[in-house]
Amino acid sequence: MKVTRRSFFKITGASVAGAAVTGLGLDLKPIISHAQTLKLRHAKETTTICCYCGVGCGLIVHTNQAGGGQVINTEGDPDHPINEGALCAKGAALSQLVNNENRILAPLYRAPNSTEWQHVSWDWALSNIAKRIKKSRDASFTAKNAKGETVNRTNGIAHVGSAALDNEECWLIQAMMRSLGLVYIEHQARI
Amino acid sequence: MTNHWIDLRNSDCILIMGSNAAENHPISFKWITDAMKRGAKVISVDPRFTRTSSKADFYAALRSGTDIAFLGGMIKYIIENEKFFKDYLVDYTDASFLVSEGFECKDGLFSGYDKESKKYNKATWAFVKDEKGNPKKDPTLQDPRCVFQLLKTHYSRYNLDTVSATTGTPKEDLLKVYEMYSATGEKGKAGTIMYAMGWTQHTVGVQNIRAMSIIQLLLGNMGVAGGGVNALRGESNVQGSTDQGILFHILPGYLSTPSPAWPTLADYLKRRPKSADPLSANWWQNEPKYMVSLLKSFFGDAATPENSFGYDWLPKVDTGKPYTWLDIFDEMHKGNFTGFISWGQNPAASGANSKKTRAALAKLDWLVNVNIFHGETSSFWKGPDVDPGKVKTEVFFLPCAVSVEKEGSITNSGRWMQWRYKAVEPRGEAWPDGEIIVELMNRLKELYKQDKKAIFPEPILNVKWDYATEGKFDAHKLAKEINGYFLKDVTIQDKTYKKGELVPGFALLQADGSTSSGNWLYCNSYTDKGNMAARRTREKEGIGLHPQWAWCWPVNRRIIYNRASVDKFGNPWNKERAVIRWDAAAGEGKGAWVGDVPDGPWPPMLKADGAPNPATKYPFIMKPEGFASMFGGGLADGPFPEHYEPIECPVEKNLFSAQLTNPTAPTYATSDDIYKSCDPRYPFVGTTYRVCEHWQTGLMTRWQPWLLEAQPQLFVEMSHELAKLRGINNGDRVLVESARGKLEAVAIVTIRFRPFTVQGSVIHEVGIPWHYGWVYPKDGGDSANLLTPSTGDPNTRIPESKAFMVNVKKI
Repeated sequence: MKVTRRSFFKITGASVAGAAVTGLGLDLKPIISHAQTLKLRHAKETTTICCYCGVGCGLIVHTNQAGGGQVINTEGDPDHPINEGALCAKGAALSQLVNNENRILAPLYRAPNSTEWQHVSWDWALSNIAKRIKKSRDASFTAKNAKGETVNRTNGIAHVGSAALDNEECWLIQAMMRSLGLVYIEHQARI
Repeated sequence: MTNHWIDLRNSDCILIMGSNAAENHPISFKWITDAMKRGAKVISVDPRFTRTSSKADFYAALRSGTDIAFLGGMIKYIIENEKFFKDYLVDYTDASFLVSEGFECKDGLFSGYDKESKKYNKATWAFVKDEKGNPKKDPTLQDPRCVFQLLKTHYSRYNLDTVSATTGTPKEDLLKVYEMYSATGEKGKAGTIMYAMGWTQHTVGVQNIRAMSIIQLLLGNMGVAGGGVNALRGESNVQGSTDQGILFHILPGYLSTPSPAWPTLADYLKRRPKSADPLSANWWQNEPKYMVSLLKSFFGDAATPENSFGYDWLPKVDTGKPYTWLDIFDEMHKGNFTGFISWGQNPAASGANSKKTRAALAKLDWLVNVNIFHGETSSFWKGPDVDPGKVKTEVFFLPCAVSVEKEGSITNSGRWMQWRYKAVEPRGEAWPDGEIIVELMNRLKELYKQDKKAIFPEPILNVKWDYATEGKFDAHKLAKEINGYFLKDVTIQDKTYKKGELVPGFALLQADGSTSSGNWLYCNSYTDKGNMAARRTREKEGIGLHPQWAWCWPVNRRIIYNRASVDKFGNPWNKERAVIRWDAAAGEGKGAWVGDVPDGPWPPMLKADGAPNPATKYPFIMKPEGFASMFGGGLADGPFPEHYEPIECPVEKNLFSAQLTNPTAPTYATSDDIYKSCDPRYPFVGTTYRVCEHWQTGLMTRWQPWLLEAQPQLFVEMSHELAKLRGINNGDRVLVESARGKLEAVAIVTIRFRPFTVQGSVIHEVGIPWHYGWVYPKDGGDSANLLTPSTGDPNTRIPESKAFMVNVKKI
């Protein structure tokens, strides 16, 4: 029998009521599970897929609805057919990726020859990046190659990334880069 | 993966070579363990005794970079001991095809080699055709020019003595692996291979995998449950990002990037080979439908028959010129780029020859890095030995959301497209990547709209860009576009599809502009039945296909080449683990396949009375002839895999031929490109690998306290014998040095590495994880890629990061 997440809770709940005693003494496992249930009872559950390797394990993300929606717990999804609740060390630590004080949470700019970063707004950053892209593209745009063949491409900009994006983002990023004429388009799959 | 993770449980013998699945894909062992409980055998072949080796039934050691010698010996063993599956070979592979008289392999070089260009003229790497244009065959496999006999001759040199003297594997260990694995050639048995970067990151990377593919075909292991050729992807969506074409050589769906070889759309649409054989599906003949539908997704209403659907707006690469990762950093090092965008990636630590990469970044005018944390790329201008005052590069750092802060799909190694929901809002001012892409392009479109003298603005102004809902990137709109729409009312076989309907499957795509599809392989993933990737219904009984859990390409086929899992009557080779079978009573008495989605609906090759069925198609539908290729005539370095030493190697001669290294492997010539073989200063083989607790360059994991505590710093593993030679004790700080760079690391002296006996000499090997970087943690070490060379496979140019030469000494 496959134990789903919910039936698992039912079983462990029943065990706690019966104060499950094993041959050698008290079995702590059901009680620990029950404690977890209490902690997460009012949390919102969202399913996700692990962001690391290519196995594609399922996880459940618990968010605190009352407290502004922070991630309060992540764990393997017992219903997921690939991992059935199991996770490796990285997957098990997923909450530390989200709630991490080392994350960069605002755009940064480093001027030529400068020794430091400065905080900038998204609008400033994106507008300035767009200007740089246009300048580099227009300066390096090549209508015909050395053999005189029509190529209509941008030789002066390269792009890499990313296998860390969702499929929909991947599709859109290649459409953007190709519309800008880039041919130097690569990512993790090459290395 | 031709198969998928859960399917590992269906295997009888699992060869894990070129990967360390227990460490780097740990959950795979859930299914490997299931197989072992059923009696399956697990073999681990690796230079080092790994976590995978510790779980295996048998472990064999080999020197890094000698896999083709190892596998070539297995091919010889299978053929000479008649362990192959003859019916499968004759009916489903090119074993019987006759090869052109001019083809030969002489002393390590195939016919047609040009020394100057380091390239082959492949004219002789072809099949002999009959008057209709179909390959001539000898089903008895006796003709000396048939692929099977040529294969036998080619690998006759790969005897146990020569293989062992090359790989350093004891002969009895070679024999044991060959015996165990070739037992899967028996009808009904399945063997599988799990490989990763241990096979790909070599100057013979593609040929490593071809050698195994040949073995899988000889043993009849393709298409069956528990079989296949299974690449273990290292990133959660590297399968999907490849499918979506973020590579120089392919558009979404593996359609080639346009080049002057196809100056017009009409040229492009007729480029695929034709087959004269009515029994060959030759599926790529459908490419025009996929390409035109893709152009409609690119350019929307602006793509019309009159303007070739915008084909001329796509940039063209020069024919035959590589624009790969290695070439990008070579060009950058030469100062040939002004701008560079590194999106969700850390090239200053991830690619080979990091010193060259870091020097190249300083030659840019501007760099954009989109990431979650700082890494060696965003911070290169203040790295070790760098004076920020001398670095002119402007750097923009854009913080992106993590996976649980946005919505969209990713595709795992088993080709399962799985939907992820948004659990929380992005923290701080972090944005989902999709949002950044949309907003950046909005600004670019505006700039080009305002510039009345803009250079070639058509692609920028016309690229379809309506993927926002209430101003925000909408993953569902993109997912639907990738699936594709009917753009007008279309009637196909008496059924009319309305304009605006989602296309149910790629068989319905059209070449006249009446359909769109951003990626034909994903057509069927988001239909009027809903978002297929979000499905969550588990299989109740069966072989673990879970057809209603998420969705997989193509058309939800869980095991590809599955029509080779049955005999010519459609009966599975293994009834207990049937992938598909022909049910004569199904389909209102006309017969139909049951089980997995078959590789096409056509009936089996023979009717019930044994007569040939003219309605059938051969199972390997993506090949022009319909047969699986043991003879790989399209590759850069030969139709059969041949052992060559890595570009940096510890031996002066190759025991198999006069060609020491791959004659077609690329090398580079900047001041940061140095290669040293058999140099007493760098006497030991070096290799790189990963640990479970970190991921890739460590950019996402080094900043996490639990994971960092578990694996806090760089180490180098070496044998007791090597440690004694260099006076090193376990835990000492040591210097690891190659011709290109050096690293400080903690020595781990272990029996997991043992010296190899190669060509009569003792060869030592050391191993280093590549997760670290100078940015964080302090004193955690730097990237192992400071040591690796800029060279790679001639087909893919994946860098040779798994075999290079180093020295180790106590600090």
